[in-house]
Amino acid sequence: LADVSHVMGAIKTQSPLPRTFSRGMVQDPSHFDVLVMPNLYGDILSDLCAGLIGGLGVTPSGNIGANGVAIFESVHGTAPDIAGKDLANPTALLLSAVMMLRHMGLHGHAKKIETACFDTIRDEKVLTKDLGGNAKCSEFTADICRRVQDMD
Amino acid sequence: LADVSHVMGAIKTQSPLPRTFSRGIQTVTLIPGDGIGPEISTAVMKIFEAAKAPIQWEERNVTAIKGPGGRWMIPPEAKESMNKNKIGLKGPLKTPIAAGHPSMNLLLRKTFDLYANVRPCVSIEGYKTPYTDVDLVTIRENTEGEYSGIEHLIVDGVVQSIKLITEDASRRIAEYAFEYARNNQRTSVTAVHKANIMRMSDGLFLRKCREVAENFKDVKFTEMYLDTVCLNMVQDPSHFDVLVMPNLYGDILSDLCAGLIGGLGVTPSGNIGANGVAIFESVHGTAPDIAGKDLANPTALLLSAVMMLRHMGLHGHAKKIETACFDTIRDEKVLTKDLGGNAKCSEFTADICRRVQDMD
Repeated sequence: LADVSHVMGAIKTQSPLPRTFSRGMVQDPSHFDVLVMPNLYGDILSDLCAGLIGGLGVTPSGNIGANGVAIFESVHGTAPDIAGKDLANPTALLLSAVMMLRHMGLHGHAKKIETACFDTIRDEKVLTKDLGGNAKCSEFTADICRRVQDMD
Repeated sequence: LADVSHVMGAIKTQSPLPRTFSRGIQTVTLIPGDGIGPEISTAVMKIFEAAKAPIQWEERNVTAIKGPGGRWMIPPEAKESMNKNKIGLKGPLKTPIAAGHPSMNLLLRKTFDLYANVRPCVSIEGYKTPYTDVDLVTIRENTEGEYSGIEHLIVDGVVQSIKLITEDASRRIAEYAFEYARNNQRTSVTAVHKANIMRMSDGLFLRKCREVAENFKDVKFTEMYLDTVCLNMVQDPSHFDVLVMPNLYGDILSDLCAGLIGGLGVTPSGNIGANGVAIFESVHGTAPDIAGKDLANPTALLLSAVMMLRHMGLHGHAKKIETACFDTIRDEKVLTKDLGGNAKCSEFTADICRRVQDMD
């Protein structure tokens, strides 16, 4: 997996891309870097791009406020049909928490947790149902914990 | 290849209006356009001739001129031709940089009240994209919405833009979408909106769609938020059928869907106007870098012409030409550069002509 740690952070870009984004996005999203836009376009594009990587179940999100406040969140739904059954996929919330760690300057821990998460998914042995496996949430979580601990 | 004839639309007009019709031959206004426009128009004419389509072309130029009173307008000969023939086929137009010069497409739209922009998007065998089973149609309201052009400065640094949604325009586009679905044996119409946020504007649009849906019980009606559509579209476009939406959302979604099937070089488009006028057009650019070099891909204009034939009820010829075009692409032997080959435009065209003639 490519080093995506730079993605889960706050990077400023200077040069805007003069393209038709929606069409360009689905044909070759690799052309795009940081995109800044007004509200409605962001509503649309942020969901479109989440779709490109697999949907809201794996997409992190952060909201930045004016007084130093920042709230990081998973943007999927509450999934009442699987609530309490140890079936949920914590990836979106976990990657949002990784974003949070970077925001706080805790890059080492961020990298460790993120790597463990991506390694678990790449390995494809312990995956929750939505990711194509049949592991429980707790098993998926334990696998990431194990990897994190092995890194020390 | 699945039967896509139902996609490249029979677009029913509200009332049968007289068209120029002589010995079974219908006259169509042809606007070749700029850049590669003339050569792809020639390609389409050649293919139509090979298919013995009963079409006669009346070429017109739509480059805007300044009328009395200083207002920009379409040349009267072009306007007369369109009003007489009702049906037009148009290539790409360049927008002149001259100060104050209006967008040509905007001018055409206003002149003929082109209220619906229709783009069937079907995956093309032989032209690989990450999405293989796209078969949907975007129907975009093209007269109002976020593109009303009504903006004003409140104070320095604060600008307001008016999104105009009217009952009439919403009803009209909804009716068109349902009629299109019915005429083309489509299963469902989905209204794309954000009425949860824009309660009054998108709310009105949605209400009109719901009302019209009541008169088309044979077509399934669903509603979906725009962001959810985008999220789902890039993950599995096969879920979508006919989509109807206001202007801005249509602008975005129609291009997004074109991207799914390979881009503007292969996407057909039709614009439906109020008085039985319909203009079919390729929506790619003029490609000045390859103009005149026999390198252009005429597929988008050709498929738009196929849409046009269906609109005119010439289903047999439409199917013949469309099949020949898709067969040529599927065969992957004679492809223009943008499709991954190295054939000339004339060779690609000749291959389609040959197939069309072999069908007789």
